[in-house]
Amino acid sequence: MFENIQQALQGIWNHKLRSFLTMLGIIIGIAAIITIVSTIKGTNDQIKQNLIGSGNNVVVVSLHQGDYPVELSDGNLPQGVSVIAPETRQRLEEMEGVERVSLYRQRQWGASVLYQGSEFSGKTLGVDQNYFQVYGYKLCYGRLFREEDLLEHRKLAILDTQAVSAVFSRDYPVGKTLEIRGEPYTVIGVVEQSGSFRPVIETLSDYEMYAESSSGTVFLTAQGWEIAFGFDEPQNVAVKAASTDTMTTVGKAAADLLSATQISDPSGSYAYRSEDLLEQAEQLQAMSRSTNRLLVWIAGISLLVGGIGVMNIMLVSVSERTHEIGLRKALGAKRRKILGQFLTEAAALTSLGGLLGILGGIGLAELLSRAMNTPTAISVPAIVVAAAFSILIGLIFGLLPATKAAKMNPIDALRRE
Amino acid sequence: MILNMEHICKSYYRGKNEVPVLHDVSLRVEEGDYLAIMGPSGSGKTTLMNLIGCLDKPSSGSYHLAGEDVSVKKDNALAELRNKYIGFVFQSFYLLPKMSALENVALPLMYAGVPKKERVDRAREALCSVGLEDRMKFLPNQLSGGQCQRIAIARAMAGRPTLLLADEPTGALDTASGEQIMELFSKINAGGGTIVMITHEPSIAAHAKTICHIRDGRLSAPEEVRL
Repeated sequence: MFENIQQALQGIWNHKLRSFLTMLGIIIGIAAIITIVSTIKGTNDQIKQNLIGSGNNVVVVSLHQGDYPVELSDGNLPQGVSVIAPETRQRLEEMEGVERVSLYRQRQWGASVLYQGSEFSGKTLGVDQNYFQVYGYKLCYGRLFREEDLLEHRKLAILDTQAVSAVFSRDYPVGKTLEIRGEPYTVIGVVEQSGSFRPVIETLSDYEMYAESSSGTVFLTAQGWEIAFGFDEPQNVAVKAASTDTMTTVGKAAADLLSATQISDPSGSYAYRSEDLLEQAEQLQAMSRSTNRLLVWIAGISLLVGGIGVMNIMLVSVSERTHEIGLRKALGAKRRKILGQFLTEAAALTSLGGLLGILGGIGLAELLSRAMNTPTAISVPAIVVAAAFSILIGLIFGLLPATKAAKMNPIDALRRE
Repeated sequence: MILNMEHICKSYYRGKNEVPVLHDVSLRVEEGDYLAIMGPSGSGKTTLMNLIGCLDKPSSGSYHLAGEDVSVKKDNALAELRNKYIGFVFQSFYLLPKMSALENVALPLMYAGVPKKERVDRAREALCSVGLEDRMKFLPNQLSGGQCQRIAIARAMAGRPTLLLADEPTGALDTASGEQIMELFSKINAGGGTIVMITHEPSIAAHAKTICHIRDGRLSAPEEVRL
């Protein structure tokens, strides 16, 4: 076996140009498949990472009017939607697959948060005690909200690091006072989202998504929020699912429950909906998958054509070497030996082509990611499958020529000069 | 008895026409024999050589080689017989051009399933016995015709065959090289080797111990060669 391989490689080396041209179909096919698979994987990984964040499993269930989330502003309360009561919250927490629930209210802008006369441009949130845990924030300085802060309706604020750099360019923030709607709020702590979620910014839309949140967030207690913004705004809900797989179902179930309990007029335009990141990711992935599936088919056709090329050149090789085959048979080579020799040669040819194709594919994927700024991830299973497949092509398309060689009659073969 | 052919007939089919080539050929070869089969071209001597060498099967009659019935064997079994019992020497050497002298000689041993190390040792030994110990790594096209034929003889002898079967072994060589080959054959025969040689040259046939003539597909009785 080993000697067969050695001989086959020698044969390939003896006909360098011919072998290379024969392999070209396989090289192109395999390289194309590796490139495509790497690009798909890279894109999918990025989509998932951007939309879901790794390990957070948080689904936001928010109030929608028609297809759009309701953006609360002053004096514009949604009709017939009530504030989520503690009982409802408990029912949410007891749902299967739910790890933790946090209720919050939010102003994307226009919250008029001032520090020394200049206005903060980020978002303002009124949160409960679970919020920081649900989203995986960790404390940098100061402290988090405590039970007595809520009971005593203290006017306190916590900032994230982006908000700190936007508001207090040089000052130490803890202990400073913000003015929110004319009320003073004391900054007690600074938080930061933990390392598990770092957005990848590669496109303009990534950047917009990031920029939206990059000016930072000011957090108030739910009670503190009510002082500044009023107590009757319905909350949004962040549901942390126990696992990524159940995110979708848990989110939907939570949305159904809230729509049933909170909205007095079910035929109206208001409804709670879960913002399903996994579903969005899958939709995006499916889109790229269907276009890429076409490309994989084209690459497959290239492999087929490459295989036929290998068969053709092996047939030529067999008839060129009729004499050699005749001699080998005269010296006592059985059919199996001749078959093995030519099959090994075909497989060596295609697997060498496959190897070059894999290297070329990795190189091309790398080049593409630099040139077009798309992410790629080399897929190890794809490489293993490509290598196995290229050997298989050799065996399949080598079978006919090798059988032809093995069946030769030694006298006729020897007589032909 | 090494070789026993009885009432062998062989015909080929050209389209639907049967073309008889050998008629009722009987031949016996004992161990240590050195037989030359002489005949002009078209006499059927190549067909006879193919039959003796188990490259072909007779249309009728029986052929036993080293006690084995050749006429009932199939393709793979014939290959095994050739590998085990026959050492071929062809007119135009038939060496594989991309392989060194040593690799060429070791080739039949590979098909006999001899392990690699032993194969190399035996091939080296065979090359020494034909006087080419300093040409082992050479490719055939770097060697003269006489040297190539000696490699071919080494290849034939490396498998320690029962019968050395030579088809016009000097046909492609000049007289001096031819003489060397004939000396080598005589040496092999003197060492106990059995040789059957096919030729049309009387001067070459004269090196054998016995001669048979073949003409129009019929084989004459063997005659002793007088020295």
